[in-house]
Amino acid sequence: MVTVRRVGEAGLLLEAADPAALYRRLLAERATGALGEVAEIVPAARTVLLDGVADPGRVARLVAAWTVTAAALADGPLVELPVVYDGADLAEVAGHWGVSVARAVELHSGIEYRVAFCGFLPGFGYLTGLPEQLHVPRRATPRPAVPAGSVAVAGPYTGVYPRSSPGGWQLLGRTPAVLWDADRDPAALLAPGTRVRFVEVA
Amino acid sequence: MSTAAALVVVRPGPLTTVQDLGRVGVAHLGVPRAGALDPPAHRAANRLVGNAAGAATLETTLGGITVRAEGGPVLAAVTGAPCAVRLDGRPAAWGRAVLVPAGSALEVGPAEAGVRAYLAVRGGIAVPPVLGSRSADLLAGLGPAPLRAGDRLPVGAEHGAPAAELAPLAAPPAELVLRLRPGPRADWFAPDTFALLPRHRYRVAAASNRIALRTEGPALTRAVPGELESEGMVLGAVQVPPDGRPVLFLADHPTTGGYPVIGVVPAADLPAAAQARPGTPVRFSPLRA
Repeated sequence: MVTVRRVGEAGLLLEAADPAALYRRLLAERATGALGEVAEIVPAARTVLLDGVADPGRVARLVAAWTVTAAALADGPLVELPVVYDGADLAEVAGHWGVSVARAVELHSGIEYRVAFCGFLPGFGYLTGLPEQLHVPRRATPRPAVPAGSVAVAGPYTGVYPRSSPGGWQLLGRTPAVLWDADRDPAALLAPGTRVRFVEVA
Repeated sequence: MSTAAALVVVRPGPLTTVQDLGRVGVAHLGVPRAGALDPPAHRAANRLVGNAAGAATLETTLGGITVRAEGGPVLAAVTGAPCAVRLDGRPAAWGRAVLVPAGSALEVGPAEAGVRAYLAVRGGIAVPPVLGSRSADLLAGLGPAPLRAGDRLPVGAEHGAPAAELAPLAAPPAELVLRLRPGPRADWFAPDTFALLPRHRYRVAAASNRIALRTEGPALTRAVPGELESEGMVLGAVQVPPDGRPVLFLADHPTTGGYPVIGVVPAADLPAAAQARPGTPVRFSPLRA
């Protein structure tokens, strides 16, 4: 079941139990032309937004009838990111998790994540896959500048800052990988659906 | 040997950016749309010099800009916020094509009303595109940085025939009336909040920018406490942050946001929002779902 909400003249906000599977289905259906003209398909935490829809009434009726299951989720490309685990909040996060720093590194780098959606900054992916017992709060006071390449966790997500910016996530380490390069194709290393592994390097 | 024509920035004004029609198809990567805040004025300026609608123009903010033509003459036109236009100090036409000889300075004066003037040149501002657009994006920091004195902007070569006349443009609004289609999160507010919106009087807040038009006025009351998980945002979305004052998303809006959107303003009403100065009265006019 897909819940459909109208967003202005040409937008639809779609909600399904598995937004990642819904996003995949939407990309596949757009590729066949079944959705007509759609300018943007934007996944988020629980929803997928369609914007610039030429015929939103027809697409709303079409999508509302879908049954979207996790089985529709195909494997995305896999990206491995080398990480030096020396982040300013590593000890504090290990404390939240009730483990040693070495074990915290093993835990974070032992999971295969998936980019659920992007936002905040170009190329900033919200990666899901952390089990609930590893969810940690944001920092009470955000840092005015988090360095580019910082690998961090907050709430149910882990992610990498594509460039220096203010930020409230807990910093575990840093990667030399270039997450965002507007002159590269693709510009974003991590797009929705991409699978990600963090690999510890010295 | 001929040198390609260029504009050199003599006086950048308080905020002048390169803008075209913005970036499409990259919102899922967290890239905002950007683009001219007043598209009809941007398009009109391009038509006057024979450009396609997507050619890049310069968008000024309140204080105008002064540029000098280098390497050849440049055909220019100024639209958007009404203002004095001067060529080497002599009055020149607003809303008409003006030939700027090589070495001459074109001054776009401070806005007499409205906020944003558009300066188009025949061939367009030919800075390198980023993700399919030459627009400066002030939220994500993509595209050319806001202009500074001494910047040299290449002028392109591609153009068609200039249009003789300026299609009439709406005057900057004395009162900003924003029609509002409800949803997607109108149900997060107290009953009747949407229906009673037209009774509230708002003003354009000074903190408004290319990302959003912010308002001052009565706070809207939420019915649903707690947080909304981030979801995709559209141009014209009216988000209501914890202080209850509606925020209207403009071209540089973030691609996702976590405050509930009570309604969406139709695209046709956004050029007026781009020209509404701080202090301008704002009235929301609800549409049916």
